[in-house]
Amino acid sequence: MPQDPHPPYLSPEYKSTVLRAPARPFVAPKLDPEAVELVDPVYGHTPVGELDHDLTRQHPGEPLGERIIVTGRLLDSDGKPVRRALIEVWQANAAGRYAHPGDQHPAPLDPNFTGAGRCLTDDEGRYRFVTIKPGAYPWRNHHNAWRPAHIHFSVFGTQFTQRLITQMYFPGDPLFPYDPIMQSVRDPEARERMVARFDLDTTEPEWALGYQWDIVIRGEA
Amino acid sequence: MPSLPLTPSQTVGPFFAHALPFPEGPYAVPEDHPGAILLHGHVYDGNGDPVPDALLEICQPGGIFGRCETDKDGRYHFRAARPETYISLLIFARGLLRPLWTRIYLDGDDPFLTSVDADRRATLIARPEPDGSYRFDVRLQGEGETVFLAI
Ligand SMILES: [Fe+2]
Repeated sequence: MPQDPHPPYLSPEYKSTVLRAPARPFVAPKLDPEAVELVDPVYGHTPVGELDHDLTRQHPGEPLGERIIVTGRLLDSDGKPVRRALIEVWQANAAGRYAHPGDQHPAPLDPNFTGAGRCLTDDEGRYRFVTIKPGAYPWRNHHNAWRPAHIHFSVFGTQFTQRLITQMYFPGDPLFPYDPIMQSVRDPEARERMVARFDLDTTEPEWALGYQWDIVIRGEA
Repeated sequence: MPSLPLTPSQTVGPFFAHALPFPEGPYAVPEDHPGAILLHGHVYDGNGDPVPDALLEICQPGGIFGRCETDKDGRYHFRAARPETYISLLIFARGLLRPLWTRIYLDGDDPFLTSVDADRRATLIARPEPDGSYRFDVRLQGEGETVFLAI
């Protein structure tokens, strides 16, 4: 069983955790093979479309920003590829603004960018998104707080217990040491696993920079 | 088999509503599903204030899956199958760096429930409402804190 790298619920530097982190002890149920938690959830959405993985082609025009390819494999901790798994992503636009009514950051919206996509992994667990590099954005956690550029990832395995929501970061971002969300992961090596790697082989000439990022979820129970 | 280190969890953040929810999400089973139940409730923080940016997912045998975000009053709703045992519930939110697991039971007659401290057991049992629906509130912290599972 790999070590638990996940952040603690209570990470006071990230202020929203203070009133939302449970304070009472958790209860460990015995999960027999029939346990509901081990069921494979069938995502009830409309089928994943041909272009759902390409966030640059959801509108009549092209979004502004640096075009990128983000690809990698979804594996479980036993090293097994997770096949035909749903991955959903969402992100800010190149200016650091979300197409979400609650985002009040005074940066421009891009009429050609919604910033949401999804895809299914292939038989080797591989996924691929085409998008633009998101901008950093300010938030109100503390004075002069800025989130490093990131893409939110939501991942399903073959059991409900494998469910993971996380964020992918870009290499060399100077905001890492100041970000309480990234730093909530205490182990530096575990933090590093949230950072994609620039990859010249994934990069396509005259078209887009390429990043590789593998995601590892817990093994099947 | 090699044991690969896991990718850490991060918060869903506040701005997922244009990406994750979908119109049929709360309707985990069709309206004519035998014994379908309506389930609803609120998510509250440690001050007892509603949590307006949570995402809830339910899972039931047979691959039944539902997803609903809370509204500005912290309210969610689902149409689910009447559980033989319980409905598995997963909660994501801004301020939750990793998800919370719990279970929704319709009655208190279950071996797992009897293993939970008697004074906290009721937090896992949905309350029948006069209109035939069930209410299940989630309290993340403090007075009446929901029992969460170490999964
Ligand atoms: Fe974000």
